[in-house]
Amino acid sequence: MPQSIPADSVGIITPQVATFDEPLKLRSGKTLQSYQLVYESYGTLNSDKSNAILICHALSGDHHAAGFHSLDDKKPGWWDACIGPGKVIDTNKFFVLCLNNLGGCHGSTGPTTLNPDTQKPYGSDFPMVRVRDWVESQARLADNLGIEKFAAVIGGSLGGMQALRWSIQYPERLHHAVVIASAPKLSAQNIAFNEVARNAIIKDPEFHDGHFLAKGVIPKTGLIQARMLAHLTYLSDDGLGEKFGRTMKNQEVNYNYAPEFQIESYLHYQGEKFSTTFDANTYLLMTKALDYFDPAQYTDHDLTQCLSVAQCKFLVVSFTTDWRFSPERSEEIVDALVAADKDVSYARIESEKGHDAFLLPIPRYIKLFGAYMTRITQELNL
Amino acid sequence: MSLRSDLDIIQNWVNPNSQVLDLGCGQGDLLSFLKEQKQCKTYGLEINEDSIVSCVEKGINVIEHDLNDGLQHFNDASVDTVIMTQALQAVNRPDALLEDMLRVGKEAIITFPNFGYWRTRWFLLRKGRMPMSKTLPYNWYDTPNIHMCTFHDFEKLCREKGLTILERTVVDNDHQESLAIRLWPNLLGEIAIYRVTR
Repeated sequence: MPQSIPADSVGIITPQVATFDEPLKLRSGKTLQSYQLVYESYGTLNSDKSNAILICHALSGDHHAAGFHSLDDKKPGWWDACIGPGKVIDTNKFFVLCLNNLGGCHGSTGPTTLNPDTQKPYGSDFPMVRVRDWVESQARLADNLGIEKFAAVIGGSLGGMQALRWSIQYPERLHHAVVIASAPKLSAQNIAFNEVARNAIIKDPEFHDGHFLAKGVIPKTGLIQARMLAHLTYLSDDGLGEKFGRTMKNQEVNYNYAPEFQIESYLHYQGEKFSTTFDANTYLLMTKALDYFDPAQYTDHDLTQCLSVAQCKFLVVSFTTDWRFSPERSEEIVDALVAADKDVSYARIESEKGHDAFLLPIPRYIKLFGAYMTRITQELNL
Repeated sequence: MSLRSDLDIIQNWVNPNSQVLDLGCGQGDLLSFLKEQKQCKTYGLEINEDSIVSCVEKGINVIEHDLNDGLQHFNDASVDTVIMTQALQAVNRPDALLEDMLRVGKEAIITFPNFGYWRTRWFLLRKGRMPMSKTLPYNWYDTPNIHMCTFHDFEKLCREKGLTILERTVVDNDHQESLAIRLWPNLLGEIAIYRVTR
């Protein structure tokens, strides 16, 4: 619990809900007749609505990017390090919007929502959504708020894929795309990690073909396994070594299989925590959206041609020890943008924090990102 | 907006509205000038963190990249001019990078310090030690300048590679030309600015 709200925090935030009755035709061919999106906003939208920033969340993120929901919250939103008055994404200058993606489990329509046809939770009947469907729904929310063009669309990891997708799906609706620790598509290794995680969930006896909520249970064991594996891939060998080393909970070894090393306890804790806050079907759906993302497949796998329609400027950032979305994957995006004559800047930030680095206030990252955001305020006279 | 005098010579050799790649673009002063005054499409490669931030602040396209990794990220003939100021002597394989510059660009503009400068020669002759000067302020063991050459050496390399030297300006450390330098460039010139093509 924060003793008091820090001066550089956006403060106590109340999420809002937008309801859409216009059907949304999804890439899969299915249609959502109506849906709702839960979102938060920080800062004030200016009179000509030119200062809006869209934050796209990653796999396990949600709409709560900054500030606190109440004074009882233990932690602020997931990107509080970067969003707030005077911070990198300065809420004194920008109107910052972040929503829970469709198919999510934190308030937007998704597998945990009641299916109007059956009056039971959708569960695995919720249609699979893809990154382009998210972009479409985000654009509709922008329409609702009267935002014609974002000053920037920003995201890390899966969020970076959404920013990239925005640049080709609605090229005229953003001035800048900030693509952090991301990739133009997943590698075989990345898809494999996702499949192991999905398999752990689907094979859990409590999964019940995805209709576990109707039975009043959750596939907790599977979710814990999935999260333990995924969490591990977001960290680096060096980072884990520094944080935990071979430190043990007790001095004596037990000669049994209960967690003894600190890293084991940590992973169990992370898995346990995640399993109580995240829906298994949402996890499955989000990982599939990641796997399917490959915008260049529509331009004969030519990423340069794919990005040639973009009109915005780009900042691309990667982190040296990120092996889940390695610098080389970001550089594929940069190379394609250069070949397409787009404005792009790129930095490869030294960090031992692995993929998770994009969420952390690493000094060089903050300085560079901040310089880019300041440049946006100058360009747009904000 | 005024440019350092060597950069002013370079910008004169760049056509308006052309595409420019600057290898080791520093804080982006030259690219900023070319972008604003000559409406060039510019990219800079840089490895220094603070320089990268300076470029971002100026709105210059800057890509973090180690020149020793070559230019394989850039397509053949994708820019008009590739510029490299005072970095040729600091890369692992200047010959390979020179080739790469003229694969990516139609022309290359290169500047480097002249190891044949008379003071350098005199330093070595008199003291018997690796030369140090205002242009070359490092000790032999910590210098980033690992491939020093003279103007003659560079021009021999260009001949061997079949490259054409379109223009050459030789200046002193303050980037000033003089009659004496024009007469005996390899002895009196400290820095050369070359414009080469294939």
